Amino acid sequence: MAGKTLSEKVWDRHLVHSGDDGDLLYIDLHLVHEVTSPQAFDGLRLAGRTVRRPDLTLATMDHNVPTSNIDQPVADPISKKQMDTLAANCAEFGITCHAMGDPGQGIVHIIGPEQGLTQPGMTVVCGDSHTSTHGAFGAIAFGIGTSEVEHVLATQTLPQSRPKTMAVTVEGDLQPGVTAKDVVLAILGRIGTGGGIGHMIEYRGSAIRSLSMEGRMTVCNMSIEMGAKAGLIAPDETTFEYLEGRPHAPEGADWDAAVADWKTLVTDDDATFDKEVVIDAAEITPHVSWGTNPGQVVPITGEVPHPDAMVDATERNAAERALDYMGLAAGTPMKQVPVDTVFIGSCTNGRIEDLRAVAEVAEGRKVSINRAMIVPGSFKVKDQAVAEGLDKIFVEAGFDWREPGCSMCLAMNPDKLAPGERCASTSNRNFEGRQGRGGRTHLVSPAVAAATAIAGHFATPADLEN
Amino acid sequence: MRAVRTIEGTAVPLDRSDVDTDQIIPSDWLKQVERTGFEKGLFSEWRDDPGFVLNLEQFQGANVLIGGPNFGTGSSREHAVWAIQQYGFEAVISPRFGDIFRNNCTKNGLVPVQVDAETGERLMRMVEDDPTTVFEIDIASRTLRAGDIETTFPLDDSTQHRFLEGLDDIGLTLKLGDEISDFEGRRPAHLPTAS
Ligand code: SF4
Repeated sequence: MAGKTLSEKVWDRHLVHSGDDGDLLYIDLHLVHEVTSPQAFDGLRLAGRTVRRPDLTLATMDHNVPTSNIDQPVADPISKKQMDTLAANCAEFGITCHAMGDPGQGIVHIIGPEQGLTQPGMTVVCGDSHTSTHGAFGAIAFGIGTSEVEHVLATQTLPQSRPKTMAVTVEGDLQPGVTAKDVVLAILGRIGTGGGIGHMIEYRGSAIRSLSMEGRMTVCNMSIEMGAKAGLIAPDETTFEYLEGRPHAPEGADWDAAVADWKTLVTDDDATFDKEVVIDAAEITPHVSWGTNPGQVVPITGEVPHPDAMVDATERNAAERALDYMGLAAGTPMKQVPVDTVFIGSCTNGRIEDLRAVAEVAEGRKVSINRAMIVPGSFKVKDQAVAEGLDKIFVEAGFDWREPGCSMCLAMNPDKLAPGERCASTSNRNFEGRQGRGGRTHLVSPAVAAATAIAGHFATPADLEN
Repeated sequence: MRAVRTIEGTAVPLDRSDVDTDQIIPSDWLKQVERTGFEKGLFSEWRDDPGFVLNLEQFQGANVLIGGPNFGTGSSREHAVWAIQQYGFEAVISPRFGDIFRNNCTKNGLVPVQVDAETGERLMRMVEDDPTTVFEIDIASRTLRAGDIETTFPLDDSTQHRFLEGLDDIGLTLKLGDEISDFEGRRPAHLPTAS
């Protein structure tokens, strides 16, 4: 019998029931936030149902929370109502909830891993597409809609049909200055926004193994931008080291048992994938997006592409529309494009390692644009940054150092772009209007975002040296 | 969920690829805690434009939405499905759907009709030429008919069954309560709890 891939192994471990009507998967961890849950709790109440496993459910507030003056009441009454609704629902159904200002609060995909709740071999779901982040630990983690949130609350399971498997192998050494974000943007540039649809992607190869857990989370985070069901990386020593000693990690004999088990979570040598892509790590350079979908990327040394040169009509039309929306002329070198705002944060790049990368660039330099925000992904990230003195470097350089939350990643709180405003952002989506109506988003790494804030146009840290 | 067996009506051609869920319903609309009222938010960033296809006289009253490839990619917001449905659409046609969006459709009885790229293109041109073209979608035979096109579309057996019978997914799973309890009894001790 042929061997199994990592994702198949994890999937099979969670089969409660398997029949002609598909698989029923057990869910080990259900994360909940204020935006996609109110209608699910309402559904439970209407049907007279309860939450089956409140102990496997954790809630936090992130999308709506303001990132300044959080000791004051939330000014937007609709945001406030949504946050209050989450708190009330959690109290009613016995779910732990990290409300605004609570030391455990933060972006849902940042707090799971940092508390040691996300572990190898688990199934993790959340009413949020970037749940794929947790796959960095070798877990099957995917986003679900509100009806499915209700389903998991009521049954701790989900009916699913088995996705196909895909391998994205990045082999070789990354060049100095190339980060995890550049790796994932380069993968997106290669396979596009539809390249992963219907598949669970396993990221493999020496370049992936060389990444820290933070970097692996950045890569897995953007699996959904490729349309993938989930993105996974096999757990290894880097994973175990990250987890050991975290609040919810196993201890003592449990730890040993867990590690022994986790070590079996690798793709067997004789397993096959439905689809495979191989990328040479040495060819990856810092990337920036130019359009309105995350597959529209170029190396930062490149220029705005010419739609005329695109053979595929759909691609060409999309590129024309994107350039119009983005206010960019074909052929413009990316490094000459001036930027109004920089946003550093989000579940893609709001972790401590990201902030360290920014501080390294910012130290001793000055921001030259009007607005350069740094929003830590959680209170834990914020506290760690303060403990390391990074906040002082940021403020000194002219960055706006803020409170944790999703913030300008999706502009549900007061942090928004104005129409026509151009932003270099470390988030994951450059969709039209994503950061505010008419706003223009360019996806970049934290290092490029920091250098851009200083230069005033797209730049890498190396450009600042010259 | 209400049973859905056949759909008959006319269509709107939304000739764009990569229509993501942020476009279908922008995030401002996600602050509601209710499940209704989202029709006003549908494509709201585009609706101000009188030339936007949804605003055109000849497409009023249509109940089928034809989109380009990669329709519904992006965020998991089920609000996108609610908005499309509450506006009056009963089916969406595309060569390729975002996975979560597609799942959300099937939970709400909005029929995701996946066709090959060429058929998608032909359907788009057909309604552009003749907006009165009648579309017929039949769940039992998984068939779409429009003008001279007849094609089948994928719908797994259990989803088809739920559509035809109007079944509640959660109710079905709760019938497997004993199997869920057995599974829970076998879970390793080292797995974490959130409390
Ligand atoms: S940071 Fe952005 S992408 Fe991540 S969960 Fe928040 S809104 Fe979604």
